[in-house]
Amino acid sequence: MRMPDLTALLTATAVFTSALTLAASAGEVHVLNWKGYGADEPWAVAAFEKATGNKVVNDFFNSEQEMLTKIRTNPGLYDVVMINAAFNDQAMAEKLIQPIDTSKLPNYADISKDKASSPMLDHDGKVYGVPWVWGLTALAINEKSFDKPPTSIAEMWDAAHKGRVVIRDDAVEAVQFGAIATGQNINDIKDMDAVKTKLTSLMPQIKTFWSSENDWNQLVASNQIDIGTYWSGSADRAKTHFKLPVSLVIPQEGAVAWLDAFSIPAGSKNVAGAEAFINYMIDPKFYVEWVTKVGAPVSANTKAVEALPEDAFNRKVMGDPEVAKRIQFQAPITDKQREAYLALWQQLKVDVK
Amino acid sequence: MAAQGAAARRGGLRSALPLLAPAYLWLTVAIFLPLSAMVFFSFMTELPLAGKPWAFTSGNYAAFFLQSLYPTLLLASLRLGLEVTLWCIVIGYPAAYVLAKVLKGRSREAIFLLVILPFWSNGLVRIFSWAMVLREGGILDTALNAVLPFKINIDLMYSYPAVIIGLVHSYVPYMVLTCYLTLQAVDDSLIEAGRSLGASRLQLLKRVIVPLSLPGLVAGAALIFVPVVGSFMEPRILGGRTGTFYGTVIEDQFVAVFNWPLGAALSFILLAVVLVILALASPVLRRAA
Repeated sequence: MRMPDLTALLTATAVFTSALTLAASAGEVHVLNWKGYGADEPWAVAAFEKATGNKVVNDFFNSEQEMLTKIRTNPGLYDVVMINAAFNDQAMAEKLIQPIDTSKLPNYADISKDKASSPMLDHDGKVYGVPWVWGLTALAINEKSFDKPPTSIAEMWDAAHKGRVVIRDDAVEAVQFGAIATGQNINDIKDMDAVKTKLTSLMPQIKTFWSSENDWNQLVASNQIDIGTYWSGSADRAKTHFKLPVSLVIPQEGAVAWLDAFSIPAGSKNVAGAEAFINYMIDPKFYVEWVTKVGAPVSANTKAVEALPEDAFNRKVMGDPEVAKRIQFQAPITDKQREAYLALWQQLKVDVK
Repeated sequence: MAAQGAAARRGGLRSALPLLAPAYLWLTVAIFLPLSAMVFFSFMTELPLAGKPWAFTSGNYAAFFLQSLYPTLLLASLRLGLEVTLWCIVIGYPAAYVLAKVLKGRSREAIFLLVILPFWSNGLVRIFSWAMVLREGGILDTALNAVLPFKINIDLMYSYPAVIIGLVHSYVPYMVLTCYLTLQAVDDSLIEAGRSLGASRLQLLKRVIVPLSLPGLVAGAALIFVPVVGSFMEPRILGGRTGTFYGTVIEDQFVAVFNWPLGAALSFILLAVVLVILALASPVLRRAA
């Protein structure tokens, strides 16, 4: 090839690729969320892409700490991030997320007032997180192992289930679960020794520690466990989508409630796309389809919950005022507390070896 | 003569420099710099992210000695490393011997391929395959009960033996490869000479074959012991309730609480302990080499 030709070709290629990259980045929405948690449903992504012309790029995390690390170490990469409300404070304090202009989200008006005005998401009158769904960390049972569902958390300690109990490998969840089992406030644990004693007696019952939905579902599918801590949305998904014999139990002692919200990271390159995506995620149409096809936690959008059938679990049980009285919403915890919880949890795991 | 030799050595170094440069550059950028950063972190109170205030401290190292948790786990991990290494020798050494001295031609190639096959599969895939085999109602349990006339219950999953099995499977190829190389170098005529002088099979093994192949055995043991002590993936997935080791608590510090300084300090303590062990074993190593 003669020289001028080569130069021309190279220039053309360079121009073409840069144009392509530019076009791609303008219409891409990078979403960071748990895997298999609504935002990456193929039908939802397809519907959103068709409606808005944006392309969705999903990325996932396995723990809240990993999520924070990912947005800390990749500034400008993500446009939408799903943050548990209890971590919103920390993300805002580290300037990882930016305020959201809710006037750009038509569905925001239908978010239930108590969720939308949550002090965990609103700081100085600015909204840093759009409430998406809420749910419980309660108990779930393998239906094959029970004639009728248990009502008390004490079932986890029943000798009949020795070696067939699971609990999530998460220090905060374990300690808060221990707080509920000892009748304490999860956000203000007065008697840590009682929690430790209670959890120590639980450890010999345990088969393994789960860390993802997939772990839990596999253990039930191979009939290796009877009962364990689980998330309400995941239990619903296990039953609806994977047809597993799983049902959720909200024990009389109570359960830990959490609120998941969408935020826009500081430095997002496609804020308009991010707003469109968040608006779509809180849309009743998406929610009903998500619940019916896959199974989901409870939407923070009141219109979305009202769009479900009257007897739907997320409307009937989770909307029950009796349940609302029993549950305790997770509040933010400090790094020091989290490290103390981890030290306790690691000690428990070592003692049982 | 001496001066000439030194000059030749210098000249050799100069001509070798372009060949060495890429490797050293790579080591500096990819290993030395990140490791130095980690040493630095391990003496800090906080990561200097998002303008958080931080200071120098030796508290992260002190934490190891203040909580009985970490020394206990380190001992458990060292024991795990020893056991896995031992099993790798028991399984790997005879296999290497057969490969080097018994099999020839095609069959050797085929067996060799089988030995290194685990290397070509992803570590997670290997662990999850073991999960399917080891659990109650899994492949091993079902197969044995189909053959045996009496009912046995095999549920190895989520136990200490499961961790050992998973790790041995991952690391045994190292032992086979290093022992194979040294065993192949053992001159067959030495073995024949021993045999013609009336040595029994055991004597041959003890006096000729093992001493001559010791370098491979030691190299394999070091290659296996060090990573197994710090392993976290296999214990976490296969160990269940008993799967907490030194490696998993380091991982927790990095992933679960974002306490990099403590995680880094714990890692360097592990490194120091492993180096001390290797140093103590060095007389043996030197004799072997």
